[in-house]
Amino acid sequence: MHGPTSTGIPTRKLGMWTFIGSECMLFATLISTFLIYRGRNVVGPYPEELLNIPFITVTTFVLLMSSLMMVLALAAVQRGQRRASLLWLFMTALFGLIFLTGQYIEFSHFVHEGLGLSRNLFSSTFFVLTGTHGAHVAGGVIWLGTLWILALRGRLSPERAETVEIAGLYWHFVDVVWIVLFTIIYLLR
Amino acid sequence: MSQTSSGHEGGTYAGGVWSWLTTVDHKRIAILYFVAGFIFLLIAGMEGQMIRLQLARPENRLLDPEFYNQLFTMHGTTMVFFAGMPLIIAFFNFVVPLQIGARDVAFPRLNAFSFWVFLFGGLFLYASFFFGGAPDGGWFAYMPLTGSQYSPRTGMDFYVLSLLLAGIGTIAGGVNFLVTILNLRAPGMSFMRMPLFTWMAFVVSALILLAFPPFTIGLVFMLFDRMFDTLFFNAAAGADPLLWQHLFWVFGHPEVYILILPAFGVVSDVIPTFSKKPLFGYPVVVFSGILIAFMGFGVWVHHMFSTGLGPIVNAVFGGATMLIAIPTGIKIFNWIATMWGGAIRFKAPMLFAIGLVGTFVIGGLSGVMHSSPPSDLQQTDTYFVVAHFHYVLIGGTVFGLFSGFYYWFPKVTGRMLSERLGAAHFWLTFLALNVTFFPMHFSGLLGMPRRTFTYAEGLGLETFNLVSTIGAFIFTLAFVPLVLNLWRAWRRGEPAGPNPWDAATLEWTMSSPPPHYNFAVIPEVESRDSLWHPHVDPGHEPGAGDPEPGGVIPRLQPDPAPEPVHMPNPSFWPLILALGLLVVTMGGLLGLRVVIPGVLLTFVGLFGWAFEPTEG
Amino acid sequence: MNRRSLTLLGLGLAFLVTQACGGEYPQSALHPTSDFAERLDGLFWLIFWWAVGVFVVVEGILIYTIIRFRARPDSERPKPVHGHTILELGWTIAPALILVAIAIPTIQTIFVVDNPPAEEADVTIEVIGRQWWWEFRYPDLGIVTANEAHVPVGQTVDVRLRSADVLHSFWVPRLGGKRDLVPGRENFIWFRPDSIGVFWGQCAEYCGTSHALMSLRFIVDSESDFDAWVANNQAPAVTQSDRLASQGRNVFLNNACISCHTIRGTNAQGQLGPDLTHVGSRLTIAAGVLDNNAENLARWISDPQDVKPGNLMPNMGLTEQQVEQLVAYLQTLR
Repeated sequence: MHGPTSTGIPTRKLGMWTFIGSECMLFATLISTFLIYRGRNVVGPYPEELLNIPFITVTTFVLLMSSLMMVLALAAVQRGQRRASLLWLFMTALFGLIFLTGQYIEFSHFVHEGLGLSRNLFSSTFFVLTGTHGAHVAGGVIWLGTLWILALRGRLSPERAETVEIAGLYWHFVDVVWIVLFTIIYLLR
Repeated sequence: MSQTSSGHEGGTYAGGVWSWLTTVDHKRIAILYFVAGFIFLLIAGMEGQMIRLQLARPENRLLDPEFYNQLFTMHGTTMVFFAGMPLIIAFFNFVVPLQIGARDVAFPRLNAFSFWVFLFGGLFLYASFFFGGAPDGGWFAYMPLTGSQYSPRTGMDFYVLSLLLAGIGTIAGGVNFLVTILNLRAPGMSFMRMPLFTWMAFVVSALILLAFPPFTIGLVFMLFDRMFDTLFFNAAAGADPLLWQHLFWVFGHPEVYILILPAFGVVSDVIPTFSKKPLFGYPVVVFSGILIAFMGFGVWVHHMFSTGLGPIVNAVFGGATMLIAIPTGIKIFNWIATMWGGAIRFKAPMLFAIGLVGTFVIGGLSGVMHSSPPSDLQQTDTYFVVAHFHYVLIGGTVFGLFSGFYYWFPKVTGRMLSERLGAAHFWLTFLALNVTFFPMHFSGLLGMPRRTFTYAEGLGLETFNLVSTIGAFIFTLAFVPLVLNLWRAWRRGEPAGPNPWDAATLEWTMSSPPPHYNFAVIPEVESRDSLWHPHVDPGHEPGAGDPEPGGVIPRLQPDPAPEPVHMPNPSFWPLILALGLLVVTMGGLLGLRVVIPGVLLTFVGLFGWAFEPTEG
Repeated sequence: MNRRSLTLLGLGLAFLVTQACGGEYPQSALHPTSDFAERLDGLFWLIFWWAVGVFVVVEGILIYTIIRFRARPDSERPKPVHGHTILELGWTIAPALILVAIAIPTIQTIFVVDNPPAEEADVTIEVIGRQWWWEFRYPDLGIVTANEAHVPVGQTVDVRLRSADVLHSFWVPRLGGKRDLVPGRENFIWFRPDSIGVFWGQCAEYCGTSHALMSLRFIVDSESDFDAWVANNQAPAVTQSDRLASQGRNVFLNNACISCHTIRGTNAQGQLGPDLTHVGSRLTIAAGVLDNNAENLARWISDPQDVKPGNLMPNMGLTEQQVEQLVAYLQTLR
């Protein structure tokens, strides 16, 4: 039943694009809330006391690099290079994991300094915003892990590159969102 | 790909409960949606009846306030999320693929998944009655009343969790229908040849995708405020409780158009059919629908005119709200112009369609009255507004859906309904609507606030309330001819044939009910009203055996299919995945020991789904 | 629509309209008695008559169309007509013009009613919404009272609105429109009453279990009556000579009543419930729910949860005799 589509775009890919459109509204809402509540904290600790910009810059860089890995992985799958596919998929997921570890370190540092989830408006908005993003990264890592296992079993042939391409769309989107979050949370004051 | 080969025998279905649990066929999912949505409609209707009973006389002690507040909360929440939305999606499911010449939706398994999470969301919400009481914060659930401090019972947790669960399915449905309409149109079915119902399904899918995420986030904030003491709506911590209202209405107003535009779509297909004239001003009707949807995102503050946001905000949003009257009016005028000069047949679908045009005008005009912020200061949160939105939702959405019900019933079942009973159903519903809700304009303006379980003697509201209560019982009466009609159709309904109404669109080209694969041959579309422009075969010699004279080939689908048609296999993974999410949702109340198995089951569902050897 | 149902509809409508015109409507938006309410009312009727005009035209055309163009046995297949540009423009522009006619006075009114009063207010009242009653404070006059506010006729009243718990909405329809009480914000509404009388109001934002029982009264007095009321309310509570009442006073002061209620001039200084210093002079009790008389006071004190489910006042478990004494005391607090 999957003949040529009306738009020429594969149906599943179009589905991912549509979903990403919806996700934009999700993050837009979170970001708006964060911005509306910026600077309205009644009690500390305040963000400027705790945000470790150099550290997050490093994890941000790692996440951005993972997008590059994703591009390489897709290219490898499309060309049917099994070992390169395995390598780059693994690296993408690994970089995602490193980013998540960085987020975990940051979160536990905040909690340690007395900035728990329900401490003030910054902590509530920050944890829910970055936590939602982190959950997206985690979902992406699991997805990539699944693709990696498929590749390992030799079931990721070039004909199925579309699956990897769709995962890539999602991954790049999550990265782009982080660039926005990084700018808004850490750079804009 | 291992797929069912539905060839010459392919019109038939496997029977049994299992086949319904695992179905991925859009027509069967449509029936599931319709039945479930209709049951929720009846339940919410009964809740409405109980509300009216309590308000039949002043200072009535029939229901206690806690229960009354649960009733109006559940009435609104159910009607919007578990009756209105699923009934609309039922029609999307059945009609859209048939109207665009597709054999199913873009993601059949995702479609089944959407249904199951909607159903589980609804059941979960109603479970609250048995576990500590239903939510009682209103369907709008304004913070801080709905926070843990003022609503310590679990009722509001049920509200938040069930809407989050059902919302997943709704967004998945939005993706599905948007992609279906974008990608699965038959050759030649350009956008400007699409039937209006499909057009509105397209617009509404986009609305769902853009409007539901802010609401989802609002619900997450509320959930976190209730469960983890976050401060999103806590005024003492510097937050603004009005944030909830913004998030809710940024979603809530587009939601109104999610509920009404499909009804407009139905009417835009029904009126041409029963006037035997093409839709007047097709492009204008399409673009006015798009415009209504687009503007719907810029008017949410008109639900908040009394919150004190200042003159500039109120002026801007008041003006924007008024503007919506223009595209709405354009639709009304185009429908009338379609009938003008036609040959109008007053069949049941047409009665409801004309009823919509007539009554929606009343709801639209009272809408203009409270689009003016100062005027709204006397109307908001009174029964005047209750009157307004019931005119819009019953006179609009419900009439539109009943119009569609009578219109497509022969296609769905292959049987005709009785016109006499259909007319009785229409006139009783029409009467009930006006008797119940017209007096509310008066009781509202004379000082009756909404969401009150009682009202004082001496306010002068007794008569209006009593009349409204009588009207509410006419609604119940109105269901009698409907039930009789269904019974009659089941026992001895006349066979419908492919096109009983002489309609113009593609869903009327195949037998009724349609075969499993819809289209034996994917049609080539050459015009907007395909069946009214039969294809002229230049090589054909006119002869005595022609179905129509003059070498004209009616565009009916061949039966049986000339070649085997591949359709997707049934799958139980959507059900497993939905069950997993249901368990996670329950874990929201029962703690980690339930969340963890739920997450595991969800992953089982996800992986089973991903590795199932089929597409979709 | 057939003729019989039209006649029925007409009769029904006429019935409703006569219902709405006669009778007493103390909480009606259609019977304004202040400059503010009159502005809203004027705007409403302006829009109403435009709406009636549009209604008649549209329904008229609709009914004419469905009668004139109904299918007849000899009907031919109608000519397909796909559109008409001039018509489309017409029914786009005509509604737009009507909306302009509505929008201009709307915006003018918004900038009057949403802005603070132009001149300084004569009386300022702070309203604090609580589940489910109203606290009224007159900061310039040093008066604290509950559920019933007195204001002088013909003078500008500035009402400042705050909430102590959840959202509420202040609504006295004959004096003005609604304005919400939002935690963490101060809203305002102002008006100049033009008639003497008792005007009913009610909370108009759902605020929990007994939202329906959160009423209030705005009493517009003549200037001299208002001055008398102010003088009376500035004074502390009267001391009791009557035996029953002074026994009641002891009941009040020796029970938990004092932890929630204030009676100025005694050691009752609670802040959670309404100030009762002059409760005997009020028209109603329990936020406009019951007339203020001995029977209702006794009913309220004996079982407050029955009168207003969910409210903060517990059943104090007083004996019938104690209730009688207490009622006598409260009635002397004039």
